[in-house]
Amino acid sequence: MGYKAKFKVWRGDAEGGDLQDFTVEVNEGEVVLDVIHRLQATQAPDMAVRWNCKAGKCGSCSAEINGRPRLMCMTRMSVFSEDETVTVTPMRTFPVIRDLVTDVSYNYEKAREVPAFAPPEGVAPGEYRMEQVDVERSQEFRKCIECFLCQNTCHVVRDHEDNKTNFSGPRFLMRIAELDMHPLDAHENRAQEAKTDHGLGFCNITKCCTEVCPEHIKITDNALIPMKERVADHYYDPILRLFKRTNK
Amino acid sequence: MTELERHDYDVVVIGAGGAGLRAAIEARQQGKRVAVVCKSLFGKAHTVMAEGGIAASMGNVNSDDNWQVHFRDTMRGGKFLNNWRMAELHAKEAPDRVWELETYGALFDRTKDGKISQRNFGGHEYPRLAHVGDRTGLELIRSLQQKIVSLQQEDKRETGDYESRLKVFAECTVTELLRDGDRIAGAFGYWRESGRFVLFGAPAVVLATGGIGKSFKVTSNSWEYTGDGHALALRAGASLINMEFVQFHPTGMVWPPSVKGILVTESVRGDGGVLRNSDGKRFMFDYIPDVFKDKYADNEDEADRWYTDQGNNRRPPELLPRDEVARAINSEVKAGRGSPHGGVFLDVSSRLPAEEIIRRLPSMHHQFKELADVDITKEPMEVGPTCHYVMGGVEVEPDTAASSVAGLFACGEVAGGMHGSNRLGGNSLSDLLVFGRRAGTGASEYVDGLGDKKPVIAESDVDAASRRAVAEFDGGEAGAQENPYTVHTQLQQTMNDLVGIIRRGGEVEQALVALEELKQRARNIVVEGHRQFNPGWHLALDLRNMLLVSECVAKAALLRTESRGGHTREDHPAMDADWRKQLLVCVLNAAGDGVDVTSKDQIPLRPDLMGLFEYTELAKYFTPGELADVPAKES
Repeated sequence: MGYKAKFKVWRGDAEGGDLQDFTVEVNEGEVVLDVIHRLQATQAPDMAVRWNCKAGKCGSCSAEINGRPRLMCMTRMSVFSEDETVTVTPMRTFPVIRDLVTDVSYNYEKAREVPAFAPPEGVAPGEYRMEQVDVERSQEFRKCIECFLCQNTCHVVRDHEDNKTNFSGPRFLMRIAELDMHPLDAHENRAQEAKTDHGLGFCNITKCCTEVCPEHIKITDNALIPMKERVADHYYDPILRLFKRTNK
Repeated sequence: MTELERHDYDVVVIGAGGAGLRAAIEARQQGKRVAVVCKSLFGKAHTVMAEGGIAASMGNVNSDDNWQVHFRDTMRGGKFLNNWRMAELHAKEAPDRVWELETYGALFDRTKDGKISQRNFGGHEYPRLAHVGDRTGLELIRSLQQKIVSLQQEDKRETGDYESRLKVFAECTVTELLRDGDRIAGAFGYWRESGRFVLFGAPAVVLATGGIGKSFKVTSNSWEYTGDGHALALRAGASLINMEFVQFHPTGMVWPPSVKGILVTESVRGDGGVLRNSDGKRFMFDYIPDVFKDKYADNEDEADRWYTDQGNNRRPPELLPRDEVARAINSEVKAGRGSPHGGVFLDVSSRLPAEEIIRRLPSMHHQFKELADVDITKEPMEVGPTCHYVMGGVEVEPDTAASSVAGLFACGEVAGGMHGSNRLGGNSLSDLLVFGRRAGTGASEYVDGLGDKKPVIAESDVDAASRRAVAEFDGGEAGAQENPYTVHTQLQQTMNDLVGIIRRGGEVEQALVALEELKQRARNIVVEGHRQFNPGWHLALDLRNMLLVSECVAKAALLRTESRGGHTREDHPAMDADWRKQLLVCVLNAAGDGVDVTSKDQIPLRPDLMGLFEYTELAKYFTPGELADVPAKES
């Protein structure tokens, strides 16, 4: 049942660091986070790791496992062969604080730049009426646990640090889509803001975000592409354009 | 001394779960400058783990529902030990708090006529839980988080700074509350990231730190649940009540070992799931206690009819309050009728079509598939009890959430009284909102009432708090040094084995001896490394709180010689009406290194609330003396 696994874990801080080798016990049914916890308890008490619910619901324990962005609590050891070395590194897109913990403040800054839900005027609390089929589109996006793996994997910011200023990333473009599709949101122009303020145009729909989403949200197909279509309707619709021109 | 970051606020809220965020929103809306201090990142609090829903008698699915029915259910669930005023406020205000969430942008599942859908849950007479699939807690936390952001956006428009009136200090742990005389003056803590100290000057502090589950081995609680608020309150001079009442949720995962304790939502049963033992028998019919006999079906046919016709049938016994179901599962396993990995079977696969299961219980489907290789649409789950919630907490004034210490408030799981001896599922999320808001108001009004008489923090107190925070780096007694992880593991084992779901006087006494030993050993804990994001150090600090809170649980559990709700004494199996009248109150002892527990009388139930129950039902819980003035009408 149990076996000794070979692990490489990145240890260090903003100044630098490297992969350190560990040999550690693994038991049946365990996930990568269990093994990291065992390392803390037995070999490296000060190994920094962020985690919380250990059930895939809070999105705290994001890291890269053998190069793939994943939640450590939802990555079972049984997906690796017993002689395979498991390499755990911090998310690459965000600055390292220590070991597996990164500074994810970029995401909170972007979250703050998305205008909040605007309640409809004249509808009292308790009087909101919405059809299930209409709320389901936004509900899919509200499954997001904010693990930021999509932000981490998106090459727009992963490979181009400069883009962080002008690009909010898949998580927050999806948040705009969610509000845009909310049946009662009274804020106007969400699609245009996605383009002008949040860099929707940077996204070239490679679907990497969708691939790494632990909640299996179809970020690209259901949020980003429909937003792009709405932007295209607004800015590039030839008939609308002609109409705009004649009304100048 | 190392550098110290200083901030001044009107109100400091400790904890960023549902209660803390709702309190912060309220205080900010009342014009106060507010800080929210939390151990995790913003939006990660344990509230995200809540699955089933928020209980509120909106009557969207069954229009017979109203606050009185909800109040009655809550009191029954808590075996009438509840603070009745809290239960009353909760039942009355829960619908408004849920509707308010929609104005923050929340998207609940809908009924056919477009209202918020409500589902059945244990102990609730009508479908009452507003929900979003089985991820309601996430929806709650995200809605509150986004409301905070929207208030910050308002402040940005007015002042140019998002954080001018409301700031979240994430990954920051409070280790001490500071006082000026008998009043709260602020809080001292450290940034988890850097280990640097931070001081908050504030006349009002709201504790919203959640529970204590990490003192137990098998628990659905996350690492944050180390009883911080309970311990901070004790050390600041406040009292805790009802600490002997710990809820073991009947259905936690039991296999594989690494996920043991992770919650399996009660919605599985609310939506038709049934419990079976290894003989395939629906055993809950054998465990309906006398006090509930007239409310629960005694045969499968009636139980199954109830899902479609609640007017003419009694409820299935799988939906008894959690304490009853947890004890029943425990008994089945002990009698040798358990599942292969020491639980019982929870089956929804034979009760609902696969697509319906995936629609209603998506995260359960996901969780079992990913973590246990079990497809819940095709086979039963294996489940068993897991430490889930503490009914006990800071003794508060119901209307304002004020503790006995001026300037200290508490709401949510860290507050005691509301749920009596056992909390009903769904009543936690509503509790967070109702009393989070009340704590925000209470704190704001308290600050307004101070005028110029603001408390001042003594520098000597700050020095003392800094010294205590780093003591573990200096090493304990030579040769006796301890590792925090080892002490923690032994604490969890002790509480699990000796003060767990079924308690015996002798074992609880053993636990108290073990706790004293662990307290000694904890003084010799040594932390390796430095202060930057050092989990060993963080655990060492949290352990002090866990040890203090565990002592409260064990001492109160030893004193209460009856069985009620989340406190089962095998050596005192009966419920005792004389004990219903009494609360066990924990305070810090004179030496400051342990707790004293004393008993005090409950405030008698207000006559009009008493009048909501039949005499025959009251007679099951109250002493004849307490019912002397109640007309003994026949039901």
